[in-house]
Amino acid sequence: MSIELVDVHKAFGANEVLKGFTLSIKDGETTTIIGGSGSGKSVALKHIVGLLRPDQGEVWVDEHNISRLDQGSLYRLRRNVGYVFQFAALFDSMTIAENVGMGLRRMEDFPEDQIPARVSECLELVDLGGYEDRLPSQLSGGQKKRAGLARAIATRPKYILYDEPTTGLDPVTTAVIDEMIVRMSDELDVTGVVISHDMKSAFRISDRVAMLYDGVIRIDGTPDEVRASEDPVVKGFIEGRPELMGFAT
Amino acid sequence: MASLNGYVESLGRTAISSVSAVGRTGFLGIDALRALRKVSLWAPHLLGQMARVGVESVPIALFIATFTGIVLALQASYTFTGAVPLYFVGTLVGKTMILELGPVLTGLALSGRVGANIAAEIGTMRVTEQIDALETLAYEPVAYLIVPRILAGAIMFPMVVILADAIGIVAGLGASMALLDLSAPQFMRGVRLFFEPFDVQFSIIKSITFGITVTSVGCSFGFHTRGGAEGVGRATTRAVVISSMIILVLDAFWAAVLLR
Repeated sequence: MSIELVDVHKAFGANEVLKGFTLSIKDGETTTIIGGSGSGKSVALKHIVGLLRPDQGEVWVDEHNISRLDQGSLYRLRRNVGYVFQFAALFDSMTIAENVGMGLRRMEDFPEDQIPARVSECLELVDLGGYEDRLPSQLSGGQKKRAGLARAIATRPKYILYDEPTTGLDPVTTAVIDEMIVRMSDELDVTGVVISHDMKSAFRISDRVAMLYDGVIRIDGTPDEVRASEDPVVKGFIEGRPELMGFAT
Repeated sequence: MASLNGYVESLGRTAISSVSAVGRTGFLGIDALRALRKVSLWAPHLLGQMARVGVESVPIALFIATFTGIVLALQASYTFTGAVPLYFVGTLVGKTMILELGPVLTGLALSGRVGANIAAEIGTMRVTEQIDALETLAYEPVAYLIVPRILAGAIMFPMVVILADAIGIVAGLGASMALLDLSAPQFMRGVRLFFEPFDVQFSIIKSITFGITVTSVGCSFGFHTRGGAEGVGRATTRAVVISSMIILVLDAFWAAVLLR
């Protein structure tokens, strides 16, 4: 197992978001965590990269217990993890090239003079070649997400975490982003963890799908297994039928 | 009775939240001290922040100092008329600008300009997840964002304040020459009469602590911003209010400690 969350509990004040979240993510696979808005998907993802620490439970990445790592070790480990934020989180005072090169500048063993070439290569990979000198404010929503993806892959990470990569995008741009996530997995051989509530996307890009419901994983399986589930909560969610999940309609 | 209870509760909540904000700022300050050793993260941004915190604040500081110097000269003359030799106008303008009004008025003005700017910028970075992005890219946010701003405040505030002190005195001199029956040598005699080099040291010490206060409170409120655009607005306002209050408390503290 490359990433493992074991019995993770996390609360914000009285709001207990994760109540024993357990999930194993295998090397080379793309796993999508689905679940309703506010169910704690992003909270779970942030635990993987140490942006949040569990109140209880353990988070293992490459056999390191994230909660027990000192700051230096955590930053070293993060160089193996690319994170694509929901709204891209590009640094708005920097050009796209500077944004994409940020991670590379923190790698002592990466020569400074090779940064521009790597930046251009990553931007080409996400079909943003020639956008180096633009500012984030000059890009559309889909382009920003792709620039965020270029920034995440620049350091050649072993893992890429995608926080709702297609939320708010039109169907065509969604398909483009989906295709890129699949391409990242195939061409760069990365392990992907995707947060989404877009079922079409989830089934298109995933090797495995896990559903987070009421703070725990309700189902974890291949897309076909999840599709075939008779669990009313799972079925209700993927078919968009709240009455099956016990919600009044 | 119910409204009184509500008022007391609201007052209590404000007090608790203000104390906890000061506590958070203290902890962030300790983190910033620890992050000082990560020179490669903060050093490249120090000059830029010094320009933003210091150089860009010079016009407002000089504007305030100019009018303060003029008003001080005129008020002193009004107060002294017939009772005290007029050259004491120079004494009052010099002493008051250097010991009190130069540092305090500049500190308060810069808490609005610099503190609000820092809180809004870092707060926006927080709510748009740019600070989280820094973390995932292995940049320690405290070293990268906070340290250069606090250092810039500590270095540049005294420079702006000394400039403001000087301009305030020059403006007082100008007003005395133009509007009062006082010559430049007389005014300068008054300035020199009770001048102590320690006065300037006192002004510098105060302004260093004001600079650290304004920038660290701005950083702290920005860094702990929650809740989107509304949260950024709230953080910005509170940063200005709290840093202004701390400036006034520090002003009294330094007077009690160093002027007795």
